[in-house]
Amino acid sequence: MAFPDNVRQLYQDQLKALKEAGLFKEERFIHSPQAADIEVEFPAGSSLKKVINMCANNYLGLSSHPEVIKAAHETLETRGFGMSSVRFICGTQDIHKELEKKVTEFLGTEDTILFPSCMDANAGVFEAILTKDDVIISDRLVHASLIDGIRLCSAMHDTYKHSDMEHLEQKLQMYQDKRLRLVVTDGVFSMDGDTAKLDKMVELCEKYNAMLLVDDSHATGFIGKTGRGTHEKYGVMGKVDIITTTFGKALGGATGGCVSGRAEIVEMCRQKARPYLFSNTIAPVIVGAVLKVLEILSATTERRDKLEKNTEYWRKGLTEAGFIVKEGDTPIVPIMLFNARLAQEFSKALYEEGIYAIGFFFPVVPQGQARIRTQISAAHEIHHLDKALDAFIKVGKKFNILHKTKQEIIEMYGM
Amino acid sequence: MDELKEVIKNYIINEYLEPDSEPITYDTPLISGGIVDSFSMVSLKRFLENKYNIQIPDEKATPEAFDSVNKIAELVREFTKA
Repeated sequence: MAFPDNVRQLYQDQLKALKEAGLFKEERFIHSPQAADIEVEFPAGSSLKKVINMCANNYLGLSSHPEVIKAAHETLETRGFGMSSVRFICGTQDIHKELEKKVTEFLGTEDTILFPSCMDANAGVFEAILTKDDVIISDRLVHASLIDGIRLCSAMHDTYKHSDMEHLEQKLQMYQDKRLRLVVTDGVFSMDGDTAKLDKMVELCEKYNAMLLVDDSHATGFIGKTGRGTHEKYGVMGKVDIITTTFGKALGGATGGCVSGRAEIVEMCRQKARPYLFSNTIAPVIVGAVLKVLEILSATTERRDKLEKNTEYWRKGLTEAGFIVKEGDTPIVPIMLFNARLAQEFSKALYEEGIYAIGFFFPVVPQGQARIRTQISAAHEIHHLDKALDAFIKVGKKFNILHKTKQEIIEMYGM
Repeated sequence: MDELKEVIKNYIINEYLEPDSEPITYDTPLISGGIVDSFSMVSLKRFLENKYNIQIPDEKATPEAFDSVNKIAELVREFTKA
């Protein structure tokens, strides 16, 4: 027992400061499976409310798909619940190898290694393949998990301005003296919904002899004509050296992730990546379910096609209604409000109208860039989107932000 | 006008600021103010080392020492003198 009052006070003060700064995160309790229609308890203790979910990463609507659930049940029966082991001791089943093979085929790479999450994949990959003689050059808006992974690695780290290919080229020139160069980007940027220019990036990496790593967590399963990811959209399948991605979003949304790419890189991760070596194998039930997801997605593009149509409908509706929407063509659709408090109050007002969408503000996005991030799903039907749009318009009118410029909104509410 | 400080300031504007960013002064907190993240400091250090033909040891290249144009200029002068 070493938790005296002064230590307790220290943490209480820190938590209080978070609350006062408006940065304290509160969870909403969902009493139903993940879907377009969900039942939510919020605030804690209140009665359940039926709302439309506009903020899940359930892009393909597979989180509660009957065939996926059936596959999970069957695997539970045939392979058990847990493995009680890391992969290299006694945690590798036939289905783990099968999933690695299927992911490799799906992404069009050379080999794949599973991780407990994509966060773990990103935490492990850099340290496994780079040393202090190397340099990592990353986009300034890459996901936090990549930043954490880069921090764990002894390579030098520099950044380039978001999606600025000239700046990236300057950095590649600057680091020609390094043993290895690794360029790092998200495929789809999670806060803005824009995509990395992978065709240009591959060109630059070839010109300056650099490897390319893409975190495609917000793309695998639905970006590109057959949903293979951002590398398919930009016509560079087979040319991205390392793809990290997740099974926790479009591919059923449970947990798990992977590093997929050059065979030697994958093998280095298998030998050296610490989150792989020192963390349990993915539960069989998840492996079985993700195998079913890949089977569904390889058979038909119906779900990603529906998602694409829903996204177009949603973006058009919001834009015509007079919202400032970040440009793009992905199902991540941010509605810009600029002011943090406005974003929070807008989210609360939407909830009153039966719409679940969250406000994002500093430090998750840059100062003065607060927004409501909506995420479209193939589980949404047009009636969901129409209802959500009506609610957005009602709340938009209430706050008087429709058909207003960025400057006008900032004048009303501040940065 | 202090030439060294202008060189540093201009590099920071070109390297880190967006076209619609607030202007910076010699005292603007860069890292603690969220303008430059501590990773991106690496390229600034490399730029200064190449331009002034100096070596700034890693232990001297702290986020505090790189937190404003004034502080960076002070650091560079320390090594150009030496």
